[in-house]
Amino acid sequence: MTALVLTLLFPLVGVLLLGVIGHWRYAGGVNLVICTVTFATALFMAIDIFQHGPLLSTGKLFYIDAFNVYLILLNAFVGMTTAVFSGPYMAHEVAIGRVDDGRMRLYYSMYQGFLFTMLVALSTNNLGVLWVSIEGATLATVLLVSLYRTRESIEAGWKYFIICGVGISQALFGTILVYFAAEQTLPGQDEGLLWTVLQEHADKMDSGVMALAFVFLLVGYGTKVGLVPLHNWLPDAHSEGPTPMSAILSGLLLNIALYAIIRFKMLVDPALGNHLAGNLMMGFGMLSFSVAGLLLHRQKDVKRMFSYSSIEHMGLMTFAFGIGGPLATFGALLHMIVHSLTKSAIFITVGHAAHIAGSQAIGQIRGLIRTQPLVGWGLLIGTCAIAGLPPFGVFTSEFLLFNATIKSYPWLAAPLVLGLTIAFAGLFRNLQPMVYGEPPVDQQPIVANMWPVVLHLALVLWLGISIPTVLAQWLNQATLMIVGQGVL
Amino acid sequence: MLISTLSFPEQLVLTLAALILLTSFLMLAQVRLDSLINVFALQGLLLFAATVLMAIISGKYHMLISAALTLFLKVFFIPGQLRRLVFRLDIHREVEVIGNPSIIMLFAAALVLFSYYVALPIRELSLLSTRNTIAISLAVVLIGMLIVISRRKAVTQVVGFMSMENGLFFAAVVSTHGMPMVVELGVAFDVLVAAILFGVFFFHIRTEIGSLDTDRLNRLTEVEK
Repeated sequence: MTALVLTLLFPLVGVLLLGVIGHWRYAGGVNLVICTVTFATALFMAIDIFQHGPLLSTGKLFYIDAFNVYLILLNAFVGMTTAVFSGPYMAHEVAIGRVDDGRMRLYYSMYQGFLFTMLVALSTNNLGVLWVSIEGATLATVLLVSLYRTRESIEAGWKYFIICGVGISQALFGTILVYFAAEQTLPGQDEGLLWTVLQEHADKMDSGVMALAFVFLLVGYGTKVGLVPLHNWLPDAHSEGPTPMSAILSGLLLNIALYAIIRFKMLVDPALGNHLAGNLMMGFGMLSFSVAGLLLHRQKDVKRMFSYSSIEHMGLMTFAFGIGGPLATFGALLHMIVHSLTKSAIFITVGHAAHIAGSQAIGQIRGLIRTQPLVGWGLLIGTCAIAGLPPFGVFTSEFLLFNATIKSYPWLAAPLVLGLTIAFAGLFRNLQPMVYGEPPVDQQPIVANMWPVVLHLALVLWLGISIPTVLAQWLNQATLMIVGQGVL
Repeated sequence: MLISTLSFPEQLVLTLAALILLTSFLMLAQVRLDSLINVFALQGLLLFAATVLMAIISGKYHMLISAALTLFLKVFFIPGQLRRLVFRLDIHREVEVIGNPSIIMLFAAALVLFSYYVALPIRELSLLSTRNTIAISLAVVLIGMLIVISRRKAVTQVVGFMSMENGLFFAAVVSTHGMPMVVELGVAFDVLVAAILFGVFFFHIRTEIGSLDTDRLNRLTEVEK
């Protein structure tokens, strides 16, 4: 319990502290220290959960179980490694005059604010607080997307604000409907938004209202996941903001919105007693997966290209959770981790590559492997991993998903393979010249700390070869909770 | 259901619901920014009245706190902030051209029907006094969305966005007598922060493109040329 409070407290302190000293030369270091302490406390909490099982705080405001504990850990971890990258990267941006002191204070303060809102969203037991903190995460990042104040970045920020704001309002309506259904079932108690309470009584809730609520929730949080056709904001927001932001937006925020959808699915399924929620998710997931794979081919900006790849993977996960069975769910839970680790590693590498080439345009980035082998190899290996090549973890999870699809819906295996191939081709046709092409004559290597990337990719490789027992047990327990049946 | 068979407070709630919906239509049709902001403040005031009324009917006096928050945010702070901004940016007399106003109005009317259709399963469940109000609050949310979609001025989009928020709040008040306090406060905080951020954005957009027409924010496209 203490560990949980501390995990939430440190980022909150960070918001205030860095809001004052964010322009200081060592602010990047302070940011890293706060993130590291947060990760350490999250680790303590995870060990505690592993030993003693789920934790429900007094007052029932927070609830940690196998499903969210690993996501909290992942969140704190990626927050920390991205902070390693963020310090020197932002110092470089200050040096070339793209941001001033005031904006640096904003940047660091909101970096912590973003981590704080996401940790609250993951750990809360109250579905209303879940909504408030996911909306809070949007508000924290919206000014970071437009940090450079260029015409494009302001457009991206405005789109992000309006589309996500409007979208997520639908999710609040869905939440109100769930609360309404709960009030009918459990009158007089003020606990109709507590997930643990709702889960106990889920089968008694009115099916009509819950079905309606889920549609609103899926559209609302789905906007945040980046599901097609509500994905418009995502490539803009991820490409125009500073690169560390892209890494944590793509790696973490999307996961959390999906997490919210799954939590609600766990309530809606018993209430409905049919596969409506799953079917909706499969439809949206497959659509996003296919469309994003195709759009990936038409991108000229490297960050936009990888943003579409994020949409593709989120679509794949939504599809897998929609299928439902234990194998698909286990695969999707694993995919949440490996995608998040790989994608943030790629964005970090892309950030370095863009500094080397002085541009984010795919056409301008050439011959990385000759100018700076570590960055070139990082990008190459990262892209291999995200494209689902063995022996990386993404391959493992996609293989599980594929197996599950063949078992339950054999005819959907064809579009799945086709989509994966199209995305693979799209990534590699752009990657080839960036990594191997002829570098411009005056291209110089830069000071780049590739440790976060190496660490992330090593973890993804490890997960591809063998999943540690602790994690496998958590994922299995989470699968058990979501579909009522484990795989191990 | 005959309206005369309902008790007096219930009739009053229904009347307020109808007026709130009416203000949504007014916003949809209003082309002058200063008048638009006034109508938005009026909607906030009606919402405040409805919340106070529901608090008294249900005897849940914690709703009075949310009512006070609504009064502060939706009647004074946000409209005041918007008014100050449009005067400072000197656009309060600007008239916005709406393409096909009659089609948009008809579409909004269709949205109201749609909301009633969607809310059918809920209405059968619910008590008499809240029967129509959920459908109406959904309609307010959807019309707010229509305002955001159909208009081009950043200020109008913000008003549409905030009016969606009004619809959501109204839904919570009439269907469940408000959300738990922690959630109410959280939502109010988010709305407050959003209102401030919108203000910041107005200046950025204005500096960058010289007006607040979001039409001109058109550099980023799905397929890059």
